[in-house]
Amino acid sequence: MSTVKARLAPVTGHRLFWPLVMLVVLLVANTVYRPSFLSVELKNGHLYGSLIDIVRLSAPLILVALGMSLVIATGGIDLSVGSVVAVSGAVACLYISEQPDQNSLGGVFTALALAFGIALLLGAWNGVLVAVIGIQPIIATLILMVAGRGLAQLITSGQIITINSEPYKTIGVGHLLTLPFAIIIALVVTVIVAVLTRRTALGMIIESVGGNAEASRLAGVRSRRITLLVYVVSAACAAIAGFMMTANVSSADGNAAGLWVELDAILAVVIGGTSLAGGRFFLSGTIVGALIIQTLTTSVYAMNIDPQTALLFKAVVVIAVCLIQAPAFRARFRRRKSLAPPPAPTAEKQKEQVPA
Amino acid sequence: MTRTTITRRSLGALLAAGLLASGLTACGNSDTGDSASGDGKIVLGFSQVGAESGWRTANTTSIKEAAAEAGIELKFDDAQQKQENQIKAIRNYIQQKVDVIAFSPVVESGWDTVLKEAKDAKIPVILTDRAVDSADKSLYKTFIGSDFVKEGRLAGEWLVKEKQAATGPVNIVELQGTTGSAPANDRKKGFAEAIGANPNLKVVASQSGDFTRAGGKQVMEQFLKANPKIDVLFAHNDDMGLGALEAITAAGKVPGKDITIITIDAVKDGMQALADGKFNFIAECSPLLGPQLMELVKKVKAGEEVPARVETEETTFTQEQAKAALPTRKY
Repeated sequence: MSTVKARLAPVTGHRLFWPLVMLVVLLVANTVYRPSFLSVELKNGHLYGSLIDIVRLSAPLILVALGMSLVIATGGIDLSVGSVVAVSGAVACLYISEQPDQNSLGGVFTALALAFGIALLLGAWNGVLVAVIGIQPIIATLILMVAGRGLAQLITSGQIITINSEPYKTIGVGHLLTLPFAIIIALVVTVIVAVLTRRTALGMIIESVGGNAEASRLAGVRSRRITLLVYVVSAACAAIAGFMMTANVSSADGNAAGLWVELDAILAVVIGGTSLAGGRFFLSGTIVGALIIQTLTTSVYAMNIDPQTALLFKAVVVIAVCLIQAPAFRARFRRRKSLAPPPAPTAEKQKEQVPA
Repeated sequence: MTRTTITRRSLGALLAAGLLASGLTACGNSDTGDSASGDGKIVLGFSQVGAESGWRTANTTSIKEAAAEAGIELKFDDAQQKQENQIKAIRNYIQQKVDVIAFSPVVESGWDTVLKEAKDAKIPVILTDRAVDSADKSLYKTFIGSDFVKEGRLAGEWLVKEKQAATGPVNIVELQGTTGSAPANDRKKGFAEAIGANPNLKVVASQSGDFTRAGGKQVMEQFLKANPKIDVLFAHNDDMGLGALEAITAAGKVPGKDITIITIDAVKDGMQALADGKFNFIAECSPLLGPQLMELVKKVKAGEEVPARVETEETTFTQEQAKAALPTRKY
């Protein structure tokens, strides 16, 4: 038995083990509730099923969380991603809505480029506040979190902009090779980020800045430039997520688009095993984290959990994930288990003593 | 050394953020700076919740237009979703000795003190659109706004009539508004009361779509997969219904035909969907209470008795009525 344990140790000890277990548990619970949950069928030439919904809807969160991972790796945090989502979506939809032909590819690409450019500027604004002026990240990005949503509402004049553009819609609900287009975009961005950070020294440099920015600078790393860069990347990811979210419903809602997505993204990063203290990041973990969060939301709807208790249900699952991942908690739990047999006899002894 | 710089820096940042926030509030109050005019016109001080939706914007426009038409001087304040801004605005109105104060409360509780101040200054208060939970009903003259329960009931009654020939069970799914909000609770209640008339009508699933299109779509996607036979969708507002439309189409069903869709609000996009035959029925929740409000303001100022609860004039729309009403729709 101990040999089995020893052989399993590298598996159970892997930091993705517990998050993946949690994901499987959620999927199994859904399947028990409704056996057809995992079934995927071909409808109108593309895959259709709850599983596909989860993957498609988690695409924007995966993107936002990717950018967030890099920011957190430098010891920062980006609270403004939700607002960047709203601004980029609003700019793109507003531009398209003013085109004479909303289906023209040129118009859509111009809209995307315009919105993407504005998002990069917003990211650079965050980066300058943090890296050049030296404001603490949580405060620096809080400014844009508040102001950005106001900006989005200003762009949409407080209304929901509805568009009717097939090319733009494709970003959110289109399909390529039977798969949702959104998840393909998310995958491509993930691969780009992963290659750039893990196949070059960039990832290590980001981590070194998060570990100690001053020491990194003295060692020859341009800390400021790296810090600025991660905020720009984060905003860029948020902008693409904003396109997906607004394309999903063919409308830009300055109020609701990307609301609280920053908290979901931070949660996804943390579930994925990245420490908020910075210095390390795990992209694969972040993706699993994002999938868990979306699965959780979809489960609530699929299992028809009462909306009044849905938040509590989510909270309990999140607490369970976080506790199970904490080595200290697991160690304590294991110790309890191994200690469990010895206390039993002493309890019996005491019982015997009482009548005597 | 480094630590002090960091603290000093973050302190500066906090101050900057604070300045930004107070700057925003100052903007919101800019309309209330001047004092009440003395040319015999009735002066109405109005504090709006904010500008969070197309519905709210239409509400503001209606009040501004109606005031101009009725010859009432309007002092308008946008509270930007904050109760403290609203309390500040009301105190300003009291100091300026306006004739009547009207406001749309951001939240239900915490109004007793400021309403007492208004009462002591003998300025009548009218609540619009949203209620307060004060135990002392003498703190305000009247409350004008939509009856959410009635909206739900109207939706339900139409469905009962529509499906009266149905012999088998009719499966209904419900998209609720933001959990715990008054419109969500009341519309659900009214709808449930009305469909109780026919035991064949059954709500098989009910979830919150947070009043948003994305929420409505996401929930509907799962409803469609979990329930093989859905006959009716009841959405607490147009936006959730519009989101659900896309989910229904993606599932290979025809909205308005395979699934009967009932919503509440009647905003422009919703009315368009109704006219296009994608929705089947909308119970209106009208933001255009300006003219009624000005009537009440005049009556209250003249010291006449007004009912404690005034309902906004609202109607319902079928597909044909929507086609007729759409060209002149204001919001």
